[in-house]
Amino acid sequence: MPSLKLQYQVDGTDFTRAGEASSSVKKNLRKLGMPADIIRKVSICLYEGEINMVIHADGGVIDVLVYPDRIEMILADTGKGIADIDKAMQEGWSTAPDEVRSLGFGAGMGLPNMKKYSDEMRIESTVGVGTTVYMTVRTGASQSA
Amino acid sequence: MQEFFHSVTLDRDKCMGCTNCIKRCPTEAIRVRDRKAYIEAERCIDCGECIRICPHHAKRAVCDPLAVLKQFRYVVALPPPSLMAQFNNLEDVDIVLSALLEMGFDDVFEVAKAAEIVSAATRSLMKAGKLPLPVISSACPAVTRLIRVRFPGLIDHVLPLHAPIEVAARMAKKEAAVKTGLPLEEIGAVFITPCPAKVTATKMPIGTGKSAVDAVVAVSEVYPKLFPLMNRIAASGEPLRASEVGRIGISWGSSSGESSGLINDSYLAADGIENVIRVLEDLEDEKILGVDFIELNACSGGCVGGVLNVENPYIAETKLKRIRKNLPVSANHPDLAQLEPVLQWDTPLEFLPIMELDSDMVTAMEKMARIEEITSQLEGLDCGSCGAPSCRALAEDVVRGVASIEDCIFYYRSHSSLEKGSTSDDTN
Repeated sequence: MPSLKLQYQVDGTDFTRAGEASSSVKKNLRKLGMPADIIRKVSICLYEGEINMVIHADGGVIDVLVYPDRIEMILADTGKGIADIDKAMQEGWSTAPDEVRSLGFGAGMGLPNMKKYSDEMRIESTVGVGTTVYMTVRTGASQSA
Repeated sequence: MQEFFHSVTLDRDKCMGCTNCIKRCPTEAIRVRDRKAYIEAERCIDCGECIRICPHHAKRAVCDPLAVLKQFRYVVALPPPSLMAQFNNLEDVDIVLSALLEMGFDDVFEVAKAAEIVSAATRSLMKAGKLPLPVISSACPAVTRLIRVRFPGLIDHVLPLHAPIEVAARMAKKEAAVKTGLPLEEIGAVFITPCPAKVTATKMPIGTGKSAVDAVVAVSEVYPKLFPLMNRIAASGEPLRASEVGRIGISWGSSSGESSGLINDSYLAADGIENVIRVLEDLEDEKILGVDFIELNACSGGCVGGVLNVENPYIAETKLKRIRKNLPVSANHPDLAQLEPVLQWDTPLEFLPIMELDSDMVTAMEKMARIEEITSQLEGLDCGSCGAPSCRALAEDVVRGVASIEDCIFYYRSHSSLEKGSTSDDTN
């Protein structure tokens, strides 16, 4: 099946830049003629993921693979890793430091939101090595398209 | 594809083929080809940014001449609130209304009056919970057009009511028909516009098939004729007409005026096209929470910032404050049920997918892959020398078949046959 790969580097030092990748992906998906509700889901998943990479992992790399029937997102970082993934998935649970919370981030809604807006989500993480989040949003188009 | 009318046009003789307008256009609608700017009709939203930036005054807003008054048996002037902010020491709107009558208009209907009615209708619709929140204002036609081409996900949030200009024209003509007994076709509603977007909005309306506004004259054309008449009326102390507008109506002339008319503090007002785009992007990403109403004006400062106005927008805003100081909150308390057909859109806003690379998604994906490939071969300077606003835009134009990669001076220099020959000699 035809696919398109888009790659973005996420800078881990600058809060104000978080969201650049999601907004660029949004622009591209619009040019591809993706339905607005699909773009919105992808955009929210990526934005939350980007923020996580900035807060917890000092940045990383985002790969977005676009297929007619789905959009796959792979967010890889070499940060400190997640010790307890089940706990991290709970709403309101966060390990974000106070200075981050004081900026209005770290409410513990990032991963739950990513799960909510994606159709599939998988997290691979090793403490001290890094985390990779895989997300898929289905477009509703048939596979043969 | 339907024909597009645009108020914003190019004077080819004055255009130097520089890069100012292509860099400034929010929808990347302008290219320089053969040393002249070229506006892609499908993409232009008539915001007027190119008129503002062009140092050679090669971009113009096409309006109707004042002579258009002669085409009708009975002509009603529709002055917007921003017009009242163009004069020094004006405290009494009556003087402007009277001067318009002296100028040759048979009647005047204040757009600010219609604005108060739109405010009342918006309050009523929002109170009834009939609109998805946050509601986005539909008053600035450049913003509505921007949403139509770039933000399909937000279309449902756009307030489905006509802008005050349209409401004013409809009400004015109905009133004039009753007063004079003339058929509607012989009554002309002439809007005095601060911007090109509102000209386009009357020629190619959104929300209805045909606008009730018959002609649009620029503020900059009316202003010099109005001024001496106003002085005379002020000296005589006897205005011919009394304003029927309160603070809400006048406030619509500048940014956050429409919002304050909602008497609800949960609003956001952004002005200036770049700021408007940022708000729309954040809104689309659900980053804006706890806001019921979003007012967006393409021009800095709101309508007082319109490119056809005379006064500096920020000075104009101060003048509006002075004018509204002694006015009641609102002078209009309309029967909204009766006005429903005048106020509500009869055709819905529809997404125009002009930014799409192809109607077939697989083909669009192939095209995007080629765009990425071509972009990676370019320098990334976004210098505009090729005539496109950025390297990526050039790559897109190449794939669309309207430009060549050799339009890039840097690419051309490093890939011209002469240099290619010499490098291959070196490496062999």
